[in-house]
Amino acid sequence: MDIFFFILFATIAVVCGISVILQKHPISSALSLVGVMGSIAVLYLALGAEFIAMAQIIVYAGAVMVLFIFVIMLLNAGAEQAAGRSWMAQLLGIPALLAMFGVVAYFIQSYFGNAGFMKFGNFKGGSAQSVGMALFTDYLLPFEVTSVLILVAILGAIVLARKELD
Amino acid sequence: MEFLIITVIKLALIAFVLLTALAYLQWVERKVIAHVQVRMGPYRVGPHGLLQPLADVVKLITKEGVMPADVNRFFYLLAPFLAVMMALISISVIPFGGTIEVFGYRTNLELADLNVGLLFILAVSSMGVYGVALAGWSSNNKYSLLGGLRSSAQMISYELPMSLAIASPLLMAGSLSLREIVNSQAGFQLGFIPKWAVFSGPFPQIFAFIIFMIAAFAETNRIPFDLPEAENELVAGFHVEYSSMTFAAFFMAEYANMVTVCSVATILFLGGWHPLFPMPYSNFVAPLILAAAGALCFWHGMNPARPMDKYTLPVFGVVFLGLAGLMMFPPLVPALMPVFWFLAKTGFLLFVFIWIRATLPRFRYDQLMRFAWKFLFPAALLNLLVTGFLVALFA
Repeated sequence: MDIFFFILFATIAVVCGISVILQKHPISSALSLVGVMGSIAVLYLALGAEFIAMAQIIVYAGAVMVLFIFVIMLLNAGAEQAAGRSWMAQLLGIPALLAMFGVVAYFIQSYFGNAGFMKFGNFKGGSAQSVGMALFTDYLLPFEVTSVLILVAILGAIVLARKELD
Repeated sequence: MEFLIITVIKLALIAFVLLTALAYLQWVERKVIAHVQVRMGPYRVGPHGLLQPLADVVKLITKEGVMPADVNRFFYLLAPFLAVMMALISISVIPFGGTIEVFGYRTNLELADLNVGLLFILAVSSMGVYGVALAGWSSNNKYSLLGGLRSSAQMISYELPMSLAIASPLLMAGSLSLREIVNSQAGFQLGFIPKWAVFSGPFPQIFAFIIFMIAAFAETNRIPFDLPEAENELVAGFHVEYSSMTFAAFFMAEYANMVTVCSVATILFLGGWHPLFPMPYSNFVAPLILAAAGALCFWHGMNPARPMDKYTLPVFGVVFLGLAGLMMFPPLVPALMPVFWFLAKTGFLLFVFIWIRATLPRFRYDQLMRFAWKFLFPAALLNLLVTGFLVALFA
């Protein structure tokens, strides 16, 4: 049962991911990205990280992507015209992609070469309690620094918006 | 296998009851608004208009679905489907009663007991924005685009105070599972004040409850926050171009969302299926109310205001008295009472939704946004801070 859902949603995630790039219309791309977020959330759920799965949907699929779509709708962006690819992209695109895959595979092999297989539902650190514990003990400094960073971003947004108003 | 069969039975039951209730909620709404405005409301189709929802469904199914020119076909048809799916799906995690035993099988009165049930509801409701936003965008109409934009901005804005209002009773319950949240509100203080989150705890959650209900009105696009479909400026907002069953889907989604937020409010703040009165007395409330309703029907049947009432009202009276008898029947009492209390509280909140629609005028758009960000959000934040502080001190 688990393996069936894993294959189903992993396929959906990959297909939606490719569709993000191939779609001509920005709204279609954005919605494909929603599909990627949603299916990744299901994969988290299959691993046993239910809190992270729900946070993934609330934050990424529900909040971030809604803002993306809101902005696309507000700007009324239409379908894009296919521009001719530059000779560099045509010539080097596929070799560069293969090289990057090779580098990633090499690092995974050398750092996590001896890792075993993951079992479905085996992940125990995914409850609200354990995520909260980790955030407020082991990762307290990064957590606080991130909140300051977000505060700076909010202040920056207000300053930029004020300049428009004056 | 056993689990599968029980789940399928529960699924069929809940789907049937929910869909019927959605259709009749619309009848109740028309009747209540009519009586507030001293009219009769639907009266022609069936006794007291009781078959009106059926007639409406037949009308909507048999109408021609018109698709306007130059719409984005895929998204135009996807939008109502998304809206109604996201609205109906969240009912699956709502517990509406304790554990019952039928023919030796024990089962919880809900479809799925998730240990992140509340987050699931938040996630699904945040996905519901897509239905409205896409409908507005794909219809190729400036009114629907404006409606879709308004609704997505409004739903994002009101989601913040709503989530903060939800967080404070969670601090007192200490769990994300809806069943455990309800169970943490069992019992009475001083023997008669129920330990619901609105009354009890280190800090009574009455402010959180009010903030949640205000945000719920905005999330479900109901008056006084129904700016996305304000008919005097946007014709009908995001669903101008929808007709037939696609229109019915949006209609159904609105009522399903209302049922969901009212159930969540009941679970978080009003103690779920726990009764208002201590145990021996609480069991008599349901039969008493139903018997009173039955007696009232008989009384009005004796002095009919309209010619048909002579026949229809005594029938209703018999039905109400029969239900009252059922509520007194000892083997059924432990199973029926929690469901009764849950439905009574949810039904009351739904009535408040309809009541407010009949009472309040619509906000202006800038008032709506200013209210969300400058009043509701800081108030919810303050409430969460005070609750967290008191819970840390006393609990």
